[in-house]
Amino acid sequence: MTAATAHAPTGPTFRARFGRAVPYLLLAPGLLWLVFFYVIPAIQMFTYSVSTGSLERGFEMTFTADAYATALDTFGKQFLNSLLYGGAATILTLLIGFPVAYTIAFRGGRYKNLILFLVIAPFFTSFLIRTISWKILLGDEGPLLAPLRHGFGLIDANIPLLGHAGVIDGRFSILNTPIAQVAGLTYNFLPFMILPLYVALEKIDPRLIEAAEDLYANRGAAFRRVTLPLALPGVFAGTLLTFIPAMGDYINAELLGNTQTRMIGNVIQNRLLLQNDYPVGSALSFILMAGILVAVAVYARLLGTEQLTG
Amino acid sequence: MADATALPQTAPTATTASKRSGGFWHWLQPRILPMFTALAIVYLMVPIAVMIVFSFNKPDGKFNYIWNEFSLDGWAHPFAWPGLGNAVITSLAVAVLSTVIATIIGTMMGLALTRYSFRGRGALNGIIFLPMATPEIVMGASLLTLFVATALPPLAGTVPTLYPTGFLTILIAHVMFNISYVVVTVKARLAGFDRRLEEAAMDLGANEVTTFWKVTFPLIFPGIMAAALLAFSLSIDDFVITNFVSGTTNTFPIWVYSIQRNALPVQINVIGSIIFIGAVLLVGLTTIRSGRAARIR
Repeated sequence: MTAATAHAPTGPTFRARFGRAVPYLLLAPGLLWLVFFYVIPAIQMFTYSVSTGSLERGFEMTFTADAYATALDTFGKQFLNSLLYGGAATILTLLIGFPVAYTIAFRGGRYKNLILFLVIAPFFTSFLIRTISWKILLGDEGPLLAPLRHGFGLIDANIPLLGHAGVIDGRFSILNTPIAQVAGLTYNFLPFMILPLYVALEKIDPRLIEAAEDLYANRGAAFRRVTLPLALPGVFAGTLLTFIPAMGDYINAELLGNTQTRMIGNVIQNRLLLQNDYPVGSALSFILMAGILVAVAVYARLLGTEQLTG
Repeated sequence: MADATALPQTAPTATTASKRSGGFWHWLQPRILPMFTALAIVYLMVPIAVMIVFSFNKPDGKFNYIWNEFSLDGWAHPFAWPGLGNAVITSLAVAVLSTVIATIIGTMMGLALTRYSFRGRGALNGIIFLPMATPEIVMGASLLTLFVATALPPLAGTVPTLYPTGFLTILIAHVMFNISYVVVTVKARLAGFDRRLEEAAMDLGANEVTTFWKVTFPLIFPGIMAAALLAFSLSIDDFVITNFVSGTTNTFPIWVYSIQRNALPVQINVIGSIIFIGAVLLVGLTTIRSGRAARIR
């Protein structure tokens, strides 16, 4: 009997009535939701990936690997594109995001919160509208290229550095090339890189860096040996938060790329939503998921520490 | 060793540069990072600026891609496209409902996970983490396979039918992906919670229910609000998962996606700008209020 019972106005206490069931009662609704609408769908998708049939006749589980064979034989290029463009965007967000996060964490001063607010501001606009904005910006007659084209006479110019990537029908373009697609992916996922990097860098005690410099490390060495290792959990989280959605994205490819730059997400949505090809669509999704899980495991091993994820 | 070789390489370049340009390098060096950051912020802001500027365009033709002339037409008639108004209403309804449901059950989970020890906690944390680590497209695809399966043998007739997909399936999906974010946010808030405050309340005669509503809840309320705001913004912006489970029902992003191949009305920019300005004001006001509260304390 606790003191609470003596003063409780209404019969037995909460704990006495529900006892040890309390945590389970609190967990039940959320857990059931996740089991019914995350775990079971994943199982269902696997079932369909080894089934034959159609939406009209229904599907029968035949344990055939045909869908996987089709997926890998036909769509190797799109898988490769996902890896290539998703990977390029991840590296670019890291290269852009690290200096930005570093500046906010160590030099932000009283502007820290304002800059962070600006970093997340793109989230207040729809992902789709932001990508459409890039389409406006990068178009042949858009605000960026029209002046170059008409003002400086850069029509038909082939910019050597960018090679063939930016040339469509003999003219220099950005929209509908891999450049636009990677720029869009980089843009859309940059805040996902900056925020975890900032969180990791912000935790670093500046005295550790001062100590390294007191011990005759130059600034480069102090950065490499102290700041960078301590920022690794942020790099890990940031690259995953960027790479995973970038791999599965199909909006940037559809709005900013061309038919040759389609990624695996485009194929999945085409198979499932337009062709009702559930076995192949499911197999493609499963390969994507499995590939990402393997990549994450390898990456975690490469970065070397299990405590990174904890 | 690497450090020793790196030093003589960098030092001469710096000195020659400063000799040549009269200390330009010295002037530039501390400014590189702030300038780079400013450029990155510009990169992040440019599409938003484009969205707002082009909401005042009067496009020549059906596509609002090229600047033509200034006009307030879009702002005067923000819903002047068939289906647009309904899509915005659906988006708001889904966002509000999924936020309320996910915040309640996610907060309950967060409480259970931080305050009780029970078997299977590790596995449970895994199940909560997985939806955040899964590509949206895989979640959308797998939900669609489940919804389709409820209408086909062998499941058909034995479970509620969720196909053809529509409002209900969108809501189910949004609650699903929101739960994890709510749990993580609420857990972060509960991590720094001083349990002695509850013990004090109980010592003063409050029972557990009263203690929860009078002490615990008000203290974790900012965390719950943050979780709800996050859930709302994730829901109202979601395209990828919604596209798989929406059927013929349109949310605002789905409406934009389906129309953009045939037309790009200026109203898209207007609604986008309204949502952006609304969100900025909301977050700004919350920040100012919490800042004031912090100063008073």
